[in-house]
Amino acid sequence: MKLNRRKFLATTATASAALAAPGYLRQAMAAGDPIKVGALYSQTGGLSVVEKMLAAGVRMAAEEINAQGGVMGRPIEVVVEDGASDPKTYAEKAQKLVIRDRVSTVFGCHTSASRKAVLPIFERRNAMLFYQTHYEGFECSPNVVYSGAVPNQQLGNYIPWILETLGKKKVFIVGSNYVYPREMAKVSKGLIEAGGAEWVADEYLELGHSEWAVMVNKIKESGADVVLSNVVGDSIISFYREFINQGLSHEEIPICATVTSEIEIAAMGPEYAAGSYTSFPYFMSLDTPANKSFIERYRAFVGDPKATTYHSLEAAYFQVFLWKQAVEASGDITAEAIREGVRGQEYAAPGGNVKIDEDNLHCWLTPRIGQWQADGQSKVVDEYPEPIKPLPYAAYGETADNLFCTREGLDSSKL
Amino acid sequence: MVDILFIGLSLSSILLLVALGLAVTYGAMGIINMAHGEMVMIGAYTAVMAKIWLGLGLIAAIPLAFIVTALAGLAIERLVVRRLYGRLLDTLLATWGIAILLQQAIRLEFGLSFFGIHVEGLGSGLQNVPVPAALQGTLRLFGHDFNAYRIFIVAMTAALALATWVVMYRTALGMKVRAIIRNPEMAAACGIDVKRTNALTFALGSGLAGVAGVLMAGFKTVAPDMGATLVVDGFMVVVTGGVGSLLGTVAASGLLGEFNALVAMVSNDIIGRAAVFAVVIGVILLKPAGLFTFKGR
Repeated sequence: MKLNRRKFLATTATASAALAAPGYLRQAMAAGDPIKVGALYSQTGGLSVVEKMLAAGVRMAAEEINAQGGVMGRPIEVVVEDGASDPKTYAEKAQKLVIRDRVSTVFGCHTSASRKAVLPIFERRNAMLFYQTHYEGFECSPNVVYSGAVPNQQLGNYIPWILETLGKKKVFIVGSNYVYPREMAKVSKGLIEAGGAEWVADEYLELGHSEWAVMVNKIKESGADVVLSNVVGDSIISFYREFINQGLSHEEIPICATVTSEIEIAAMGPEYAAGSYTSFPYFMSLDTPANKSFIERYRAFVGDPKATTYHSLEAAYFQVFLWKQAVEASGDITAEAIREGVRGQEYAAPGGNVKIDEDNLHCWLTPRIGQWQADGQSKVVDEYPEPIKPLPYAAYGETADNLFCTREGLDSSKL
Repeated sequence: MVDILFIGLSLSSILLLVALGLAVTYGAMGIINMAHGEMVMIGAYTAVMAKIWLGLGLIAAIPLAFIVTALAGLAIERLVVRRLYGRLLDTLLATWGIAILLQQAIRLEFGLSFFGIHVEGLGSGLQNVPVPAALQGTLRLFGHDFNAYRIFIVAMTAALALATWVVMYRTALGMKVRAIIRNPEMAAACGIDVKRTNALTFALGSGLAGVAGVLMAGFKTVAPDMGATLVVDGFMVVVTGGVGSLLGTVAASGLLGEFNALVAMVSNDIIGRAAVFAVVIGVILLKPAGLFTFKGR
């Protein structure tokens, strides 16, 4: 193809106009036209197991909103893109969604690695990312709404409960070797020391590692009376199985996990986890009409009568409703409007009430501790009476009275 | 110390489990079979499906998985590998392609997921293979508690290694295979049907991988990409031990497994794994043909 000068000029002019005025173009759409949003999850690759569920949660919420008349009378159109379990692909697809499809909101990402990869695009192009996975904190972007838990909401009640109610004194910390488990360990150590107990080890295994013989042996020899696990992914299954198979029991040395969910329990066989604990704001077993109905609708939506729900799926689902409320509150779908509109939005999610924080755009959630039962479901043994404030910088001394991350952004002088 | 040695033995047996089939296909046939890990995966899925459809437990699934993966191996040999003998790099690429095809076929439930049909036990999710109660927990032997499932794996691996040895050194098929390893043209000239023997050898190697898959399913996750990392370990063992030498494969897996456990115990698993690769590099530098090699003319 030969590109002549005139054609070249015409193309670049159109392209730069499109880039320069996305806000204008968005507003020019007539009422009744669909509102496009992105859903950026891995449909292929190693992470697709979980991320397909999250994408289904987002699509289901959009479908329900459309059935109720849409947002401001306009239906939602979900553009699904495949991140292919690879941060670089995530960045490309995020660019595609924000620049070519001109969406102002993307629901997406699962791992911290993928979120970090797309973050610069959302900040530079000024679009909003809704991120549902519980993560390590230490982030304060005005372009991200975080609907999952941060460390203070998973560990704040968990560690004191382990030390006081379970009466444990020596904690063995184990995790997969990347940023989330390491930050979780950092928060835990502070809480363990504050509670007058000690941590006897802080060990890591490669992501996806499935040979646990040596590590479990170390746990056995360490004299620890409780294990705090920040292990993620497939490794969880071989870990719990090895733990039981080396003769340890959750009665004497319980595994207290921050990531192990209904999905991993089903895959390992519930007999290996019975008696262990996990801290999450949402469990499939929550006995409320809202949750029962959510599980039923999700199973119908994915066409699998045995489908499992868990914390991130619930958050992937309810974040779409928070977004809808934000759009309706501000009456517009630009990133600025959503950002301001979403502050303080409350919603009755399947797991109870949630609220987006006015300051840091994270989510108020109710910390709960579940003990796994022989049927693969959890029994909530401890919970906060109400949602608590998210503190993404809790590991660095952030408290509700001394916020690091505010409306103005991160106050880095406090770090 | 007994604990560590036992863990090392168990690591060795897992390495050997995967490497046995490779020792047969790579050693005997000169095929770099990248789909070997997927044969392990198919073996594991056979256990999953046998549980759902036939109600068979882990142990009953072992012979079934051997048959299923041996047939799959036979099909691969007939359709693809047969056309590529003597082209080492081409076999690598072709079998790698097959590996990806197999992985995605399981993940997409052989394409049925496009039509909204869900086959229970397949798909991209993690599958659960229940372990018999007798193999859970610990077994007390000589005043020590041992992981029962790992004892089972060690015993099974020993039995399989013995069976492979018998096949290779005490049967007519084994004699033909060894003749082909030494000199394929001469073997053919002596009236050995090289094509048929190779097909059977490939099926045997694949069947061994299938058994490994069932055993893996008892302590690992069954997922479509579970085989990808195993094949690397398998080749590492075969190359270190010496291509074509069964004894070498057994010795190399023992050495690497024990070394891994010892280093992991005094430092950690990440360094342990790095140390294993260092040993492999060292062996290949000093003895490029591996620990055990037969003298050829």
